[in-house]
Amino acid sequence: MSATTAAAWSRTRQQPNWLVRLFEWKPFLVVACLLPAVGLLTVFLTYPLGLGIWLAFTDTTIGRRGIWVGLENFEYLLEDPLWWNAVFYSVFYTGVATIGKFGLGLWLALLLNNHMPFKSLLRAIILLPWIVPTVLSAIAFWWIYDPQFSIISFLLNDMLGVLDHNIDFLGSAWPARWSLIAANIWRGIPFVAISLLAGLQTISPSLYEAALLDGSSAWQRFRYVTFPMLLPILAIVMTFSIIFTFTDFQLVYAITRGGPVNSTHLLATLAFQRGIPGGQLGEGAAIAVSMIPFLVFATLFSYFGLARRKWQQGEGND
Amino acid sequence: MHIIHRRTALQLGIGAAALAAFRASAQAPIAAADTPAPRLPIESGASLRMLRPVRFVQPDEDVFRANAARFTQATGVQVRVDFVGWEDITQQTAVTANTGAGPDLIIGFGDAPHIFAEKLIEITDIAEYLGKRYGGWLAVGEKYGKRHGTNNWIGLPFGGTAGPLVWRKSAVNQVGFEKPPQDHAGFLDLCKKLKAANKPPGFALGNAVGDGNGFANWLLWSHGASLTDEEGKVSINSPQTIAALNYLKELYPTFVQGTLSWGDISNNRAYAANECWVTSNGVSLYFSLKGDPATAPIAEDTEHDLLPLGQASSWPSAPLTLNAMVFKHSRYPNAAKAFLQFMMEREQYDPWLIANLGYWAHPLAAYGASAVWSSDPKIAIFKDSMNNKFWNGYKGPISEASGQANAEYVTVQMCAAVASGQATPEQAAREAERRARRIFRR
Repeated sequence: MSATTAAAWSRTRQQPNWLVRLFEWKPFLVVACLLPAVGLLTVFLTYPLGLGIWLAFTDTTIGRRGIWVGLENFEYLLEDPLWWNAVFYSVFYTGVATIGKFGLGLWLALLLNNHMPFKSLLRAIILLPWIVPTVLSAIAFWWIYDPQFSIISFLLNDMLGVLDHNIDFLGSAWPARWSLIAANIWRGIPFVAISLLAGLQTISPSLYEAALLDGSSAWQRFRYVTFPMLLPILAIVMTFSIIFTFTDFQLVYAITRGGPVNSTHLLATLAFQRGIPGGQLGEGAAIAVSMIPFLVFATLFSYFGLARRKWQQGEGND
Repeated sequence: MHIIHRRTALQLGIGAAALAAFRASAQAPIAAADTPAPRLPIESGASLRMLRPVRFVQPDEDVFRANAARFTQATGVQVRVDFVGWEDITQQTAVTANTGAGPDLIIGFGDAPHIFAEKLIEITDIAEYLGKRYGGWLAVGEKYGKRHGTNNWIGLPFGGTAGPLVWRKSAVNQVGFEKPPQDHAGFLDLCKKLKAANKPPGFALGNAVGDGNGFANWLLWSHGASLTDEEGKVSINSPQTIAALNYLKELYPTFVQGTLSWGDISNNRAYAANECWVTSNGVSLYFSLKGDPATAPIAEDTEHDLLPLGQASSWPSAPLTLNAMVFKHSRYPNAAKAFLQFMMEREQYDPWLIANLGYWAHPLAAYGASAVWSSDPKIAIFKDSMNNKFWNGYKGPISEASGQANAEYVTVQMCAAVASGQATPEQAAREAERRARRIFRR
């Protein structure tokens, strides 16, 4: 009796089939779960990046397979004043625009951190420049800087009568460079402001209360409480911002196309100009690859530099 | 996705009606010599797929499709025509040539057949037939069609458009000229007087592919300078170039402000706003002025003329050229050639020219008699768009490199550097030579 029951019971408890066993085997499960992600990264990130780097060492053009030319593209770039000019302007553009964005963005974040009526609405409005597609804001700036139809020239000439000629924003090198930087700062402020605002809101009010009890001034509260507490998020936001600014393309391409006489080419626009309209895919890829060291350096600097606890908390070297 | 079936052909009724109207009313007699057509036995079961750049004006597409439908009617060969954006057609041509798959034929831009010559079949027979039948190929048409240094045709120029001087009659008359002088000194004098009268001229010196290169080409070619010599060796650093740049140094101060940052559209806007009174542009500027009631008076006051020839013996301008090519990978080369030939016969080609209103000009001499050129006296000059001896990359062969020099604004930036005072003519010519050497190194 009991034997029959036992036999029936053991029959219902079959060995799990091979599929189940396979999925219970940990190494397989790890591979199976990673595979889609690895596949996507390989196809859409590693392959294009690898192909770009490979192209930089060939003389491929649109319409012709290239051959391996080693460092020839880079050797040419080193003696090409246009490339040096693009390096200079990329660094200058990134540097000045980042300082501008962080100065104004931090200021804006501090203002928005105060209690005021319509706080949420105001914060939403601040985001607008960042939400508008870059190309659209670039075209708006293109009109603002137009030699004939600039709204700024119009206001100064016809409405206020301060000037008697139009301002030539984009007609010579330095005004064009500063005009583009201004447009980039305008566009970048919201990202910085909103990110820093988020950081500000994580700072515990008790720190400010303690500082107040110690009789600190507003500047001291900013310098010794707000700023150090904000540095970790500042480091992250600055890293992103530098990367976005250094690789900027749309603003410059839509407003000046690198002109006048190549004075506003960034490395990204120069790479596109050589690679696609110019057809020299190899050389364009070499210019794009030449951005990598700058990006790595900027990232390491802002990440390791600003994230150091010594700077934040005044401790010893870590 | 435009396969022309019998039913879609019926749906094209409107286009066909327009076509009939053109044929009935406007068509001038196009002379055609009696020449035996090349024997092109069409492969059985043939069907064709082709690409061409998108239209300027709607009737261009309608008539082109109706003509293709007529070919289908006559031969039974289905033709699928895809219209591709102007920025994309070069890349799509490159992909087609490299992969050996895709459309049988492409109407691309001027230099494409020369870049992909190895991938194309020769179309000498239909080119020579069309030349004989319609009074010969115009000079630049022949240049764009034939492989460099041979008599073998690899491209079939389908139309071209140039950018002459566009000028305001009232302004030019006001400063004491009947029409713009045809010599450099006189033209400079005109521009100085226009500037003094506060009606300045303006020519693009920014990164404008069409207008910027058009102006720089005129400046160089009318002074006898050129980017390369006949063999394709860089010849830009020459006394003629220096002379051209010295002339520009005097001419530039007369321009309206801001031309160094002008793109392709800027001169159109400035001209339409009465800010700039003499410029150079394609026929589109005139039509857009004429079509808008607000600017129609400006169109009324607008005239077209050649820019001063200087040392050039013909209009120193390189037309933007439509150039057809048939790929080796096509399974129906005869059908493709027959199609191109059919499209350029007077029954099809003349209505197409008329439908284009003058945006595209013919490469075959006999079509000079087309009614389109007498439809508006102000556009008559575009009749000669392809009747000159200049092309992109003059004097050298048409190649990938000549296209790249154009796309990278080598000569435009040379001019802009001098105009802005950043460089002396000698420095600018040396820099252009350095860049051109790199581009033409192969």
